[in-house]
Amino acid sequence: MIASLRRIFAIMNKELVQLRRDKVTFAMIVMIPLIQLVLFGYSINTKIRDIPVGVVDQSGSAVGRVLVSVVEATGVVKFTGFYTSIEEAEASVRNGTVRAVLVLPEDLTYRLVRSPSVNKGLPPSTQEETSRPVGQWIVDGTDTVVSGAIQSLRNMPLTELFHDPPNRNTATFEVALFYNPEQRSAVNTVPGLVGIILTMTMILFTSAAIVREHERGNMEMLITTPVKSLELMIGKITPYIFIGLIQASIILALGYLLFDVHFWGNLLSLFFGTLLFIGACLSVGLVLSTLATTQLQAMQMMVFILIPSILLSGFMFPYEGMPIEAQYIAEGLPATHFMRIVRGVTLRDATLLEMPYDVLWLAGFFIVGLAIAALRFKKRLD
Amino acid sequence: MSASSAATIAVDAKGISKKFGDFTAVNNLDLSIEEGTIYGFLGPNGCGKTTTMRMLTGLLTPTNGSIEVLGLTLPKHAEELRFRIGYMTQTFSLYKDLTVEENLKFVCDIYGLNSRERKTRMTDLVDRYNLGDIADRFSGKLSGGQRQRLALAAAVVQKPKLLFLDEPTSAVDPESRRDFWEQLFDLSDAGTSIVVSTHFMDEAERCHKIAILDAGVKRADDSPTVLMDNLGAAVLQIDGNNLRQLREDLIKLPEVVSAAQIGSRLRVLVSQDVADPEKWFSKLTVKHAATHAEVVRPNLEDVFVIKTRKQG
Repeated sequence: MIASLRRIFAIMNKELVQLRRDKVTFAMIVMIPLIQLVLFGYSINTKIRDIPVGVVDQSGSAVGRVLVSVVEATGVVKFTGFYTSIEEAEASVRNGTVRAVLVLPEDLTYRLVRSPSVNKGLPPSTQEETSRPVGQWIVDGTDTVVSGAIQSLRNMPLTELFHDPPNRNTATFEVALFYNPEQRSAVNTVPGLVGIILTMTMILFTSAAIVREHERGNMEMLITTPVKSLELMIGKITPYIFIGLIQASIILALGYLLFDVHFWGNLLSLFFGTLLFIGACLSVGLVLSTLATTQLQAMQMMVFILIPSILLSGFMFPYEGMPIEAQYIAEGLPATHFMRIVRGVTLRDATLLEMPYDVLWLAGFFIVGLAIAALRFKKRLD
Repeated sequence: MSASSAATIAVDAKGISKKFGDFTAVNNLDLSIEEGTIYGFLGPNGCGKTTTMRMLTGLLTPTNGSIEVLGLTLPKHAEELRFRIGYMTQTFSLYKDLTVEENLKFVCDIYGLNSRERKTRMTDLVDRYNLGDIADRFSGKLSGGQRQRLALAAAVVQKPKLLFLDEPTSAVDPESRRDFWEQLFDLSDAGTSIVVSTHFMDEAERCHKIAILDAGVKRADDSPTVLMDNLGAAVLQIDGNNLRQLREDLIKLPEVVSAAQIGSRLRVLVSQDVADPEKWFSKLTVKHAATHAEVVRPNLEDVFVIKTRKQG
């Protein structure tokens, strides 16, 4: 027993010394979270502002110009192109200069006045008149997020146009936004990033760490010694548990400093949740290490898990929006479960006990992975 | 503390074979290695030396046959055997990014030595294998000879009863090789059985007993002197000029087993059917510019040539 611990400790210590001397890997531990956080934190933004659009004003009226400035005042779009013909405007949409074009017809003033949303009409508008919109948007509908944003302008109120006090408009539902009232994407992205970065580094580091022993010929020496496979695995992955915790701390601390993402949750829940996830990733890495024979192969296999983790775990796209088959795949990724845990804990102040399903999944990954790896790892050369 | 009976056989292998797909690396090999001896596997690259050694250390499972090492049946008791054998691999397999001292410390810990045992053992090893000056150097930056000393020190950390060395001196200069063998004889005197593989004749000659391996088959198994004495051919050494041409002609004769030029001499193995080789040669018509021929003592290379030729 003592000899066993001594062996585990010897391997751990050796791993740390090697890691300290491997400057590139050491730098990666700090730089990967830092760079990814800045990249993802600033670039992922589902709330779109200032989409470049154009206008074809066939009316040439003062009302037309005022209408354009009112639309621009919403902040959703920014008028960058002014065209005289529809053909010219369509060409600009095609070549990507603008994402949409607003076409204002010749009878704009008349349509406006008769429009029910302005409600200036006397005598009251006829059925036919009310069904006629004020203008038309020609939208490049390829990007659903962009077109969705422009579609939100469809029913924009126009009362402002005539300096009327805004109508007291009673909504059907009142919506209270908990946890992220300003709707900032970073609040959702930063905790999720912990899961993505840990998936990447933990799986890669452990699989590479074992494969490296094969590649450099050290395994031939190790397997002739009394070291047991489980001792080797534990000794190898323990240093990376600490590294994972350090990386998680870096991301959450920088998330607070750079993106003002506050941490509301229970520290103990966060610690154990992260620990479980690190364990799950490490055991996946160990399984990969028994499949790969070179570090390059290990890397390629890691990518195979990383990409689905980014796309399906709910990090980028909501889990609920995915087809049922994709949801099944997502359930099989540790990152999906951690994504729920970390967002729950850091943003909604949930505790691990409130999310037993995901906790059990992660624990299952860890134990099954470790068992498979220990069984597959042979102290033999054949 | 030696095991049950008065077993003086350290390695006992019967009919072991190893096949990798269609390729037979080792074919029906019998080995019996006595305790306390230095036993050599002599053979060219690819003859099955490493495969045999890996089977004897439990790293490979033989396709056929049974192995007993230090009284333990393999591969069943491979884990138990680990504590009692040392294995020095063909290529340097310690950590190149660790220093000499760190490597030794690591190996001591792996064998479960406590810190006090480790300290005395390391002082002893550093002293004996002359590692004091290079203790702080990275093992990847050592010369071939230094690396070999470190590898040997690491292989004997747990004071093994049986030591396997796979081509230990292939990357080492002759001076270091001599020193290395001195260390092996010290270990042997202290009671360690040693199994070493090599393709150097001079190295094989130092072993108490050798097995000549060729294409996975054992061609001979005895002490080098016995093998040389019972060569089954005479060695004729011929001086003279134009030896290339002479060799061409001699090799066609049925009595000649082999002929090889060594420097300015020709070494000819003549079948034992020829009663007096010197006389036989003097009567030959194809002498070219040969000036002198005499029978000399066979060496191990002659044995190797004869043994690996016959069946071929």
